Amino acid sequence: MNSINSISQQILSKLPLYRLKDLIKAVRACKTAAEERSVIQKESANIRTAFKEEHNDTRHANVSKLLYIHMLGYPAHFGQMECLKLVASPKFADKRLGYLGIMLLIDEKTEVLTLVTNSLKNDLNHSNMYVVGLALCTLGNISSSEMARDLCSEVEKLLGSSNTYIRKKAGLCALRIVRRVPELHENFLSRAKTLLNDRSHGVLITGVTLVTEMCQQYPENIEIFRKAVPLLVRHLKNLVSAGFSPEHDVTGVTDPFLQVKILRLLRILAKNDQEASDAMNDILAQVATNTESTKNVGNAILYETVLTIMDIQSEAGLRVLAVNILGKFLSNRDNNIRYVALETLNKTVGIETQAVQRHRNIILDCLRDGDISIRRRALELSFALINESNVRVLTRELLAFLEVADSEFKQSMTTKISLAAERFAPNSRWHIDTMLRMLKLAGNFVREEVLANFIRLIAQTSQLHQYTVQKLYAGLKQDISQEGFVLAGVWVIGEYGDVLVNGGSFEDENKTIEVSDSSIVGLLESILMGPYANQLTREYILTTLMKLSSRLNDHDVQQNIKQILHDHSTSMEVEIQQRAVEYTQLFSFDNIRSAVLERMPVPEGRSIIESSTSENDINSHASGQGQQKSGPSDQDLLLDLMGVGTASSGDQQQEEVSVSPEPQQQQQQTQQSTQNIDLLADIFGGGGGSSGSSPIPPTTSSPPPSSSSLNKNNALMDLLGGDVQPQPSSTPPPSNSSPDPLASLGFSMGGTTSPSSAQRSISPAFSTGSPAMANNSPTLSTTQTSSSTTTTTTTNGYQAYGKNGFIINLVPAKDRNNGAIINIQVLFHNSTEGTISSLQFQAAVPRSQKLQMAPASSSTVQSGGTEKQLMRINNPQQTPVKLRLRISYVLSNGQKIDDVAEYGPFPENAF
Amino acid sequence: MIKSVLIFNNHGKPRLIKFYQQIDIATQQALVQEIYSLVSKRPDTVCNFLEGSKLLGGKDTRVIYRHYATLYFVFVVDESESELGILDLIQVFVESLDRCFENVCELDLIFHFDEVHHILSEIVQGGMVLETNMNEIVAAINEMNKAKKKSGAATTGSLSVRASETLRAGFRH
Repeated sequence: MNSINSISQQILSKLPLYRLKDLIKAVRACKTAAEERSVIQKESANIRTAFKEEHNDTRHANVSKLLYIHMLGYPAHFGQMECLKLVASPKFADKRLGYLGIMLLIDEKTEVLTLVTNSLKNDLNHSNMYVVGLALCTLGNISSSEMARDLCSEVEKLLGSSNTYIRKKAGLCALRIVRRVPELHENFLSRAKTLLNDRSHGVLITGVTLVTEMCQQYPENIEIFRKAVPLLVRHLKNLVSAGFSPEHDVTGVTDPFLQVKILRLLRILAKNDQEASDAMNDILAQVATNTESTKNVGNAILYETVLTIMDIQSEAGLRVLAVNILGKFLSNRDNNIRYVALETLNKTVGIETQAVQRHRNIILDCLRDGDISIRRRALELSFALINESNVRVLTRELLAFLEVADSEFKQSMTTKISLAAERFAPNSRWHIDTMLRMLKLAGNFVREEVLANFIRLIAQTSQLHQYTVQKLYAGLKQDISQEGFVLAGVWVIGEYGDVLVNGGSFEDENKTIEVSDSSIVGLLESILMGPYANQLTREYILTTLMKLSSRLNDHDVQQNIKQILHDHSTSMEVEIQQRAVEYTQLFSFDNIRSAVLERMPVPEGRSIIESSTSENDINSHASGQGQQKSGPSDQDLLLDLMGVGTASSGDQQQEEVSVSPEPQQQQQQTQQSTQNIDLLADIFGGGGGSSGSSPIPPTTSSPPPSSSSLNKNNALMDLLGGDVQPQPSSTPPPSNSSPDPLASLGFSMGGTTSPSSAQRSISPAFSTGSPAMANNSPTLSTTQTSSSTTTTTTTNGYQAYGKNGFIINLVPAKDRNNGAIINIQVLFHNSTEGTISSLQFQAAVPRSQKLQMAPASSSTVQSGGTEKQLMRINNPQQTPVKLRLRISYVLSNGQKIDDVAEYGPFPENAF
Repeated sequence: MIKSVLIFNNHGKPRLIKFYQQIDIATQQALVQEIYSLVSKRPDTVCNFLEGSKLLGGKDTRVIYRHYATLYFVFVVDESESELGILDLIQVFVESLDRCFENVCELDLIFHFDEVHHILSEIVQGGMVLETNMNEIVAAINEMNKAKKKSGAATTGSLSVRASETLRAGFRH
């Protein structure tokens, strides 16, 4: 029996499947994907043959089988022509399937589409309303722009049909036509107006949709349709106040879809228009209060109402009502409702900040929701809510959440937390604590800019050096698994190791932590050998150890450091090996070693530029792109630490800020660096004698001054831990055209191959030392000219304002990428005894120019301090730059000053 | 605008694929699989909205879905549609299917996928909502089926096999 069955099945399987049902059953019986593929392939072949043989009676079945095959994801385009043939058939069933096939199989670009136009034209004039309906539906789904032009008049005619079924479909066809060929919208203006008067709800919905689309495509249509506001309000009123109407009732609400559509259109019509807004205030209030909120449909309407209230010029009372509805939404148990509430709050947080703040606790609760969609929304909103007054509370909550957050959130969170901390930090201690905690929790998810910023912060807050370095030291004793924390800790210990040692033992979390020279080096060694070390941390540690060699005096420790360096001088990693070898060499220059390794100059302050977070959206993190985008390399980081700018992530603004440092700091840096140069010059002068192993090329005495200083710069950078891009491991090219004194010292391999950005960015600090380098970049020369022209006043830039001891200087520079853009660094200098607060600075430029302003680094200027702000002027016509400035600030005696100043044009060659 | 309407079952098998944008077939299948992998992991208590993927058009696209018995009904929409409104629309769609097929279940959709397309085309046209009144939708479908019968095509005959689980069990308002 079984054998008969199997034989019959074998026979059956060879025959073509005649009906759709048989095909579906055959596919469903397949156990593997391969089996399914073979069934489909065989059937496709059969269908193809049938199509070739022009079987009229099997065409319907074959096309329907083909559409099923298409749904499963197999090619089915060969059925396009058959669909056209079906459409030409007089039978309704054939037509219907034919049009379905056309909608599914034919795309806008295929030639066949032009053939469809003709059938559509015929069927649009068909006597059977359902055939017309089919044609309209097809047109509405696949119309190309040519089709839209050809059939526009037919659709226009059908919009006036007496049949509601046809009218509503024509309404959406008109929309498709307007979308494809926007200039045809005028043909439908009057018809659209009549549609808004239609008594059938179906037609009304499509009419409202059509009008909405026309208003969005052509904003001037808003004016025209604004006249319909009273009509729409009346429709809405009827819907809200009408009692139970079985025809349109959806769970107790009359036609919610229509209400939602009308509310949406009202929103577009009344945006920025007081009169229209006034006209709908009452009805919005009525909808907001009368709609039942127990069911989804009711909430859908309320949601739309809230959006409309927020968007238009509504009364204050109404806005309060709207925010209250959102508050109710937030406490709703249904996650869908909470989602839209968070979504809406996100949109309104900019307008109704105070009102949204009231719901802060619920929003924070949502961070712990089980649903990722909700968490995402809540997180976004939480960051938007942070301000000066709640930064402590919110940051604490967010840090708590950071601990449990999904990894995909972490990187964007650390960036945003550090941004918020920087913007709103009540004091440096808190700021440092927050950053430390963040790094401890998610140090593996920190972008390099964030880390660089943290280190800059530490360097700038000299009063907390001891505290910070102790905290980091204690933290590293506990946990070395978080890369960001390790890097920060290692760097800080290297820089302030002496502070750490001098501080002696200290208490951290009720434990006494012993500090000694050997325990510090021991800790570093354990990290170096530990399981979490990667190349970057190893690089950092080697440099730190080298720095410590001049900070710690214990002889054994010195030996230990030498030993570690020696061990790594055979490292497989070229960069590590290079560092180890160079540092070991440095030990033979004891007279300059401590000078070379002395503390880095305090980097100038700057804020993380906002743009670095905008690119940082959650989506990109989910797909792992955030990693690639993560900005400057460690090289930049280290260069940053030296107080000079780098081209990080192509952000020109940021770069300009850093290239023109504050006056005092620049002086400081210059002094320090000239000192270093002198020292290096000493080496070059007398080094040959001291290190016999590396003979100096005879040409050393006469290299061109520029190249020599350039090379010195590189050498200095190497010594300071600047991570010169890993260079080819080859030995220094002997044929180097400009003799490289450093190569002779064994410090740098091929200094001329080091990245040009490093040369460029390091140069400002050395500007006094190397005048010949001024041509390297326009920005550089600016800094230089400006500093040289105004050296008498010890500031750079051009003074635009100076009253009450408050001075504003402008430092202009041409953008490196775009000559039409001028970046102006505005320096606010406070030479009074007290603090200047509530500083507000506004600027205006002539009409031909465009002005962008970055936020100021602070609105408070300490006595003797300087704050800065960046302006960016786009000046395509290259007209003279003139600025009108409005400045307001409060002096320390409480006197509020409002002032206006003008400046410009800048002197020639200013930028 | 509604960018696409998808129905697939608990195992990710597509039961209806309708796109209102031009998307090639390989991408369509990839999208179905992607959305399935996102949606199928979510328990029924969480919200019915998801942020759109890169394939669909990024952050402005929303995936809005409902889960009925063995089937997922998914609407992919852009930001101009109300999320809650679309949820209601899915309900209308499913209830219309239920009325047309008399106690609809997955097998109905499998064997009458063309019918499902026709019903959908009475509700959504060109990515915009056409009709939300169930009576109108069902009446139009019935009229057309009559016209179809009159034209002499094979009748749709009732199904011999019926999965016991009908979608109605999953209705929630």
